Amino acid sequence: MRLTLNIWRQKSRDSTGSFEKYDMPEVSEHMSFLEMLDVLNERLQADGKEPVSFEHDCREGICGSCGFVINGRPHGPMPRTTVCQLHMRSFKDGEELWLEPWRAKAFPIMRDLVVDRLAFDRIIQAGGYISTNTGSAPEANSVPVRKDSADKAFDAAACIGCGACVAACPNASAMLFTSAKASHLGLLPQGQPERLERAEKMVVQMDSEGFGHCTNHSDCSAACPKGISVENIARLNGDYLRATVFGSPRAGDDAEGGG
Amino acid sequence: MSLPDSRLPTDPIEKAWTNRKFSMKLVAPANRRKYSVIVVGSGLAGGAAAATLGELGYNVACFCFQDSPRRAHSIAAQGGINAAKNYQNDGDSIYRLFYDTVKGGDFRAREANVYRLAESSVNIIDQAVAQGVPFAREYGGLLANRSFGGAQVSRTFYARGQTGQQLLLGAYSALERQIARGTVKMYPRTEMLDLVVVDGKARGIVVRELDSGAIRSYAADAVCLATGGYSNVFFLSTNAKGCNVTATWRAHKRGAYFANPCYTQIHPTCIPQSGSYQSKLTLMSESLRNDGRVWVPKDPKDCGTDPRQIAEGQRDYYLERKYPSFGNLSPRDIASRAAKEACDSGRGVGPAIEGVRRGVYLDFADSVKRLGKKAVSERYGNLFEMYQRITGEDPYEVPMRMYPAPHYTMGGLWVDYHLQSNIPGLFVLGEANFSDHGANRLGASALMQGLADGYFVIPYTLADYLAGVKPGGVDTTHAAFKDAEGEVKAKNDTFLGIKGRRTVDSFHRELGNLMWDNVGMARNDAGLRRTLQRIPEIRDEFWSNLNVLGSGGELNQTLEKAGRVADFLEFAELMTQDALVREESCGGHFREEYQEEGEAKRDDARFSHVSAWQFNGVGAEPTLHKEPLEFKYVKQVTRSYK
Repeated sequence: MRLTLNIWRQKSRDSTGSFEKYDMPEVSEHMSFLEMLDVLNERLQADGKEPVSFEHDCREGICGSCGFVINGRPHGPMPRTTVCQLHMRSFKDGEELWLEPWRAKAFPIMRDLVVDRLAFDRIIQAGGYISTNTGSAPEANSVPVRKDSADKAFDAAACIGCGACVAACPNASAMLFTSAKASHLGLLPQGQPERLERAEKMVVQMDSEGFGHCTNHSDCSAACPKGISVENIARLNGDYLRATVFGSPRAGDDAEGGG
Repeated sequence: MSLPDSRLPTDPIEKAWTNRKFSMKLVAPANRRKYSVIVVGSGLAGGAAAATLGELGYNVACFCFQDSPRRAHSIAAQGGINAAKNYQNDGDSIYRLFYDTVKGGDFRAREANVYRLAESSVNIIDQAVAQGVPFAREYGGLLANRSFGGAQVSRTFYARGQTGQQLLLGAYSALERQIARGTVKMYPRTEMLDLVVVDGKARGIVVRELDSGAIRSYAADAVCLATGGYSNVFFLSTNAKGCNVTATWRAHKRGAYFANPCYTQIHPTCIPQSGSYQSKLTLMSESLRNDGRVWVPKDPKDCGTDPRQIAEGQRDYYLERKYPSFGNLSPRDIASRAAKEACDSGRGVGPAIEGVRRGVYLDFADSVKRLGKKAVSERYGNLFEMYQRITGEDPYEVPMRMYPAPHYTMGGLWVDYHLQSNIPGLFVLGEANFSDHGANRLGASALMQGLADGYFVIPYTLADYLAGVKPGGVDTTHAAFKDAEGEVKAKNDTFLGIKGRRTVDSFHRELGNLMWDNVGMARNDAGLRRTLQRIPEIRDEFWSNLNVLGSGGELNQTLEKAGRVADFLEFAELMTQDALVREESCGGHFREEYQEEGEAKRDDARFSHVSAWQFNGVGAEPTLHKEPLEFKYVKQVTRSYK
């Protein structure tokens, strides 16, 4: 098939960018989207032009490195699919595609389709962990975990930190990312002692990074390649409210399972 | 320089590590912050090490080339992690895990290392659960297990098909906690390009900041490399695109010995290649072999037929036929070679690339019938989804197609029992070292080794080293740092100045094809000699006809790749050389000349040793040092999975 690509080209953090048009005359339907960009990059270099920078690593949808917007949709048209797992059979001959980086104040563009997502790491640093030093763990089966809690925790923990949720949100909020981690830990008995504190600290950090507020559009969840549910946002909101209204964790808050 | 003492314990194996831990020196809590430690790599081994050393109070700097430590390739491990918990009451024990690992490694690993690994396995599960790793559980709330290739007990812990992701996120969260506490300083998007050795000791590294292009140095009292394996020497592998041999290779060029580079593992269950543009291969967890049955048509004429139309009697379930007791769960090397044999005999399935169909069926029809679609989907749902996304075929309806692909490398930098290389102060962890898997790694053991090294070995052995040296004393103004920085800059300038006609990827693909054809699943003398002739020719062309655009002072992904491919072009020669002189078949190293009825034939009299190679210059003959292997507990027998 033949496609026309309009790709955002930007030399550096400080420079201004613009779309450039590329003709892709021979695209195989079995190629992945990134393999198509590989082919383009080989051609550009042969013509003495600098290749398109884009982030990628595992190319199997788990590392979270890749991601850009295709025709307004983060990771492109296939639901629950990262752009590295998106195959060209999802497109039609003659289509024109617009590729641009995640757009968010908290994700500065570094070059072409590459953005800086360190803000996500700083949200985790604020509290996205269970404080347990190596060596201090009790025997693994000494604390049973309800299977449904473990399953729900897993669903939230499946987040790959790609940033599509932020790119999809009209407010560039990071609530889905933040709530996924807070829920994952808050649903497990091991995560109870720090649950409310964690919720508060992570939300404060998220706000200070320049992410917007959540106004319940749910575009984040629709764009999420791992299908992280907005239920997590409700859970985080509940914990955040309890933490901020009541100040500190109260007795009874460490009931197993959580909100 | 000869091989240093490997410091293997002589105590009874059950007590060896405990006794060693007691006899090693300690660094008192108040003194730890005076010592600085560099950790390169942030996967299971590096992330666990950096976090744990930070918790202990050392002054840690951790480096990764990805934009975040959470992206390290450990994240892609699917199937699970072994631990000798014996929760299933099916006869497992530390000793059995040890035994299975030594045997699975085809008697080419050190017994004491393997025993320590098995011993640590139980603590890893405890630690991960405490961090909130959401392992699969039974309805009673206790942990679930599954079985895995090469074992007759059920000892694998898993988190759906994303065990590596969940374990890495556990280590990552511990690491981020230490970053917040200020004990670890994290340097993402920073690639190590050289090791700095001062007065015979590892004292720091030279890096390139990938964002700005700046070349910088960092000094420390010890350096830990946890930079993964070298499967990408084959270009097409299941490794992430960024995985490379650069850190270990450049340490090798500074004097660290490289051990057993020819031990590579080919994973039996990967999605077959679909075309010449293919950029990587996708692994499907080996756990699929628990419930999937492997077969090819008996008659080559059926290879193009819809598999559902092929009658039961016309199918060859070759693993069940050849290895009745292990069947579809035969170890990886055996399952891989059996698939290659089936395809080479003209019975492969799927699209023909260059005239050969390279694929075998992995069929779930029986399991769906026996367990129901829901149970199968609970176990493998995400893997099935992934398969369907890539191939466009639904594995609940049509059997999956699989073919082996390079996946893991057992070889790596030589280390002693303390995980220290022959350069004092240089420690090597996880896949980057050679130490625990011998010639073949069992499924679900990579995660175990990475975490054991990072959480439970290095905190002790590094302390023992640091307690014997004075902190500080060398900083980055030292001439050794300036020289190394100069070399790194000159090398990058050279890449940019060649201005030839070929891209980095074109050289990488050419090298990869050569290595896959001749140093892949099966090797022979003639092919290896041809490869040794051909590699320097490709390398010469690389250095005269490479085209890298842009500059060094900016984010330049092509320049990054050029450095990695330049190192693969040197490393490939050593790997081939090692395969050539190892005139036996063992584990993942299969020499066609050394087999008995199609099975690998080891030569214990001549090759029961670790091959540790010393660098003598690019293109110069390396020096081989041999570390003999002794087996006091597990008798060296011919592996049989029949």
